[in-house]
Amino acid sequence: MKRSITRLLMAPSVIMLLVWMIIPLSMTIYFSTIRYNLLYPGQNNFVGLMNFEFFITDPGFIPAVSNTLILLLSVLIITVVLGVMLSALIDKPFFGQGIVRVLLISPFFIMPTVNALIWKNMMMNPVYGIFAWISESLGFEPIDWLSSYPLMSVIIMVSWQWLPFAILVFVTALQSQDTEQKEAAQMDGATGWHIFRYLTIPHLARPIAVVVMIETIFLLAVFAEIFVSTGGGPGYDSTNLAYLIYNQALLQYDVGVASAGGLFAVLLANIVAFFLIRAVGKNLTV
Amino acid sequence: MTYLAITDLQKHYDSYHALRGINLSITEGEFVVFVGPSGCGKSTLLRTIAGLESSTGGSIELDGRDITEVASSKRDLAMVFQSYALYPHMTVADNLSFALRLAKVSDAEIKEKVRSVSASLQLDALLERKPKELSGGQRQRVAIGRAIVRQPKVFLFDEPLSNLDAALRVQMRLELARLHKKLGTTMIYVTHDQVEAMTLADRVVILNAGQIEQVGTPLELYRQPNSRFVAEFIGTPKMNLIAANKIIRQEETLAIELLGQQIHFPANRLKGPLPDSVVVGIRPEHMSLVESGGDLTGRIELVEHLGSEAYAHLQLSSDQTIIIKAPARTELKDGQEVSLKIDISEMILFNKNDRVISVIPEEV
Repeated sequence: MKRSITRLLMAPSVIMLLVWMIIPLSMTIYFSTIRYNLLYPGQNNFVGLMNFEFFITDPGFIPAVSNTLILLLSVLIITVVLGVMLSALIDKPFFGQGIVRVLLISPFFIMPTVNALIWKNMMMNPVYGIFAWISESLGFEPIDWLSSYPLMSVIIMVSWQWLPFAILVFVTALQSQDTEQKEAAQMDGATGWHIFRYLTIPHLARPIAVVVMIETIFLLAVFAEIFVSTGGGPGYDSTNLAYLIYNQALLQYDVGVASAGGLFAVLLANIVAFFLIRAVGKNLTV
Repeated sequence: MTYLAITDLQKHYDSYHALRGINLSITEGEFVVFVGPSGCGKSTLLRTIAGLESSTGGSIELDGRDITEVASSKRDLAMVFQSYALYPHMTVADNLSFALRLAKVSDAEIKEKVRSVSASLQLDALLERKPKELSGGQRQRVAIGRAIVRQPKVFLFDEPLSNLDAALRVQMRLELARLHKKLGTTMIYVTHDQVEAMTLADRVVILNAGQIEQVGTPLELYRQPNSRFVAEFIGTPKMNLIAANKIIRQEETLAIELLGQQIHFPANRLKGPLPDSVVVGIRPEHMSLVESGGDLTGRIELVEHLGSEAYAHLQLSSDQTIIIKAPARTELKDGQEVSLKIDISEMILFNKNDRVISVIPEEV
């Protein structure tokens, strides 16, 4: 009796969530199996798996998948490594700690489009960007980052955006580290490096797992930074899956192929998630 | 022979003077307990000896070597922390061997040392476990083992038993006493629990507001405190204190007027000049019930039966309450009027500055 009432009361939200998930997914599956090009309305006949074939054989497909993975892994490594180091650095009290922390965290509050514009126009612009000015004042040729190293430029922008998130999580975690443990290690003859290596890093295992998981979810779908800065180019050099799907749907007006691409992205996300959960998930269960 | 010598040790925090000139010498193999109320500086003193806090004045010498400025790992000290501070990601074996591994001791030697320590602390079966899989008492033993394995010159204990439940605390207290007997190493132990201090210590150091109030064996402190602070701090239930406003010297004795009755105190036990007024201190077990003609009379307010003994709370004529010890199966009833005889030989007099001005006669 009591149980059925709880189920009844929970039903609306459960159904709502299911519908929320099921309808877009099934519509995507449906679109991926029909011819659905906005340039040829009305010709929506069933085409089987042809959309998938088109998407996979697209010249942009292989670069997009590899770019997605390179972007994901690079940003994860940069944010976690730098994040741990910076957090350990600002964990000890020093003059101006509050301001430094706020400054370190503030990039996270800047929206991705603005972030990309700042980097594109103020930092990486070959004529009046800060990097160009630095190279010139040191006597080097300025680099046109966005066309010479497009993927790396995107990686820098996205890392800058996500590093604060990692720092935020790690600083909080460091504050919960037991000071008596550090003192005990100190008396046992541990140097600062030993304490960092044998106490702090293991202590951070779980927060690192959390940061990796959450960042993965967002990094597989990076779009605004690419759209605003490189536009996926030159060629397919900075196109990732999300951008390729956008390209199919809204530049080539082929909703069918775009839906097939979307389903492929779901597949890729699941594969990555599978390996990630196996790799870091055991830290979460402890 | 002084082993650990602390000379005029000072510790200032920004605006707070935590240690105000500590002088203490400890001989080798001694079990010294620092005890005092919270905030008295006992933990700060221990942490300064350990090198976890830097002193702002004075010196610490261990075995002829000045260690005041030496890094804590080079001081030949090992510390057991209140929270045990075990390394949570390491097994018991790794916890025990951490210091040795950092010191690059050979594997065979590490193995042998871990084996002998774990055997003596009954940790053999737990070596592969992580700290969170251990009970409170087991964690405590690992923490002690981690200190023993380094074979330090002095062990430091920072309230090691305060996280254990009452029964386990008594058991671990006993184990610590045995351990000290077996190892014979100098131990310094900080606690706020005077029972631990009394039972474990060779010598007790009572601290109050950053200064040493008194140093002595547990029984010395109990029988012959220097001040009212020590007298009240040591002993449960507390010493009874009764103010006497009139005191007259009569030949060999001092006549002290206590709530209208005169008691006679041997004059030769008074240190210094005759004061105008005194506070009389008398422990609950040094008063006995008499039929009539006692030194004090009062009405019983409450009797606490502890099984082996009983404590009666008495309301005196001045509205003051005192506690006396009574036999286990006492017939005392609430509201009963009783008469008390004071054991003058155990009585202590305090002056108005709370210093003791009497001496206890040598035990016959």
